[in-house]
Amino acid sequence: MPYTMTISPDFKPDLISGWYIFNTWLQKTISEDIHLELVNDFSELDQLIENDAIDLIYANPFDMTKLIRDKSFLPIAKPIGKVDEAVIIIKSDSDIDVLESLQPGLKVSVTDAPDVNMVGTILLESADITPDDIEKVDCSNYITVAKNVINGTTDIGFILADAYDELSSLVKKQIKPLIRSKIHMLHHTFLLSPKLADRQAEIIAALTSLHNDDNGLKLLNSLEFEQWQLVENEDAEFMIDLMDTLQPK
Amino acid sequence: MQDMKPEDLASKDYQEANLTYHDGTQRKVLYTEVETQFPDGCLIVSRTNLDGIITHLNKSFVEMSGFLEEELIGQPHHILRHPFMPPAAFADLWQTVQKKEKWHGYVKNLRKDGGFYWVYATVIPNIRNGEIISYTSVRRKPSAKKVAECMELYPTLF
Repeated sequence: MPYTMTISPDFKPDLISGWYIFNTWLQKTISEDIHLELVNDFSELDQLIENDAIDLIYANPFDMTKLIRDKSFLPIAKPIGKVDEAVIIIKSDSDIDVLESLQPGLKVSVTDAPDVNMVGTILLESADITPDDIEKVDCSNYITVAKNVINGTTDIGFILADAYDELSSLVKKQIKPLIRSKIHMLHHTFLLSPKLADRQAEIIAALTSLHNDDNGLKLLNSLEFEQWQLVENEDAEFMIDLMDTLQPK
Repeated sequence: MQDMKPEDLASKDYQEANLTYHDGTQRKVLYTEVETQFPDGCLIVSRTNLDGIITHLNKSFVEMSGFLEEELIGQPHHILRHPFMPPAAFADLWQTVQKKEKWHGYVKNLRKDGGFYWVYATVIPNIRNGEIISYTSVRRKPSAKKVAECMELYPTLF
């Protein structure tokens, strides 16, 4: 029975082939069969987690709480320099330039990315806008979020900062960032199920030395990573605590 | 902790207060009416040990407090205590987190230069194997309306 690996569904679609290459490399490196199971959205991922159907995962910080605290997953590594930040966008010709000018009763376009939605929600708090003051409009991806804002379906939208940076210039011309989070501490992490606990040290060593040769660098490049960095148990616990403090009031 | 010195202040127009902390220590603080606005999108993060001594902090903490990192590590978190803050607020904080619960509140903090900044603070106990091993405090930008309410309320709590 092969092990199952999955990737948080907020990864860029351009990187699918990179993750397949990574999976092939990992199978060879640890001499185990690993099936890469890609999920379409976070509810599908939740289902897999609940059913204990995952053995390896590149997890969103939001999912780390249940994976580590409830399912005893083990942290392995994170990509250096990659952090999860959120941007609140508004139509470019809006008169509103600062968050504090927003008023309750907003329509907000959101995806199902829980960390982006959490950060977007707490950014609104400083403008006295609580989760009860907004109406969320669900979108399947960040392009739809931007389109909804551009065509006036919603007043604002929550977007992952990396995704905002990669929007086309045509789209960016029609929206503007109202605020961008600068938390610098939330990141995705590669985790291992307790079933593979005896392979933890080996997998950490393989990932964190991947940048030391040309083939490894090519593989990292296909994931748009520079290098994997060790995540200690306490680092992961600290991020989980941090997420806890960021829950909206 | 040392008393504050006039030469560290950003303004010559200041007031003095003597603070007594929960551990019985005292400090003379000097404070001005110069406000530093919380930077948009940022978080101030710090961690203390069980005695409230700062063990970890982030760059935003250093920038907003006006201290150097080395001046903060090893110091009690109440180095930021502003005389405007009622002691009851901090008593409630400690009682809450020691019960393994999360505490929220609006806090006026004192900078090294005597100025101040308002935050919306969340403090949680870091629980490992059922025991509190430390505390994490995260401060984010407060709403202006809530700060205005606290400016009315806090002086009544002394």
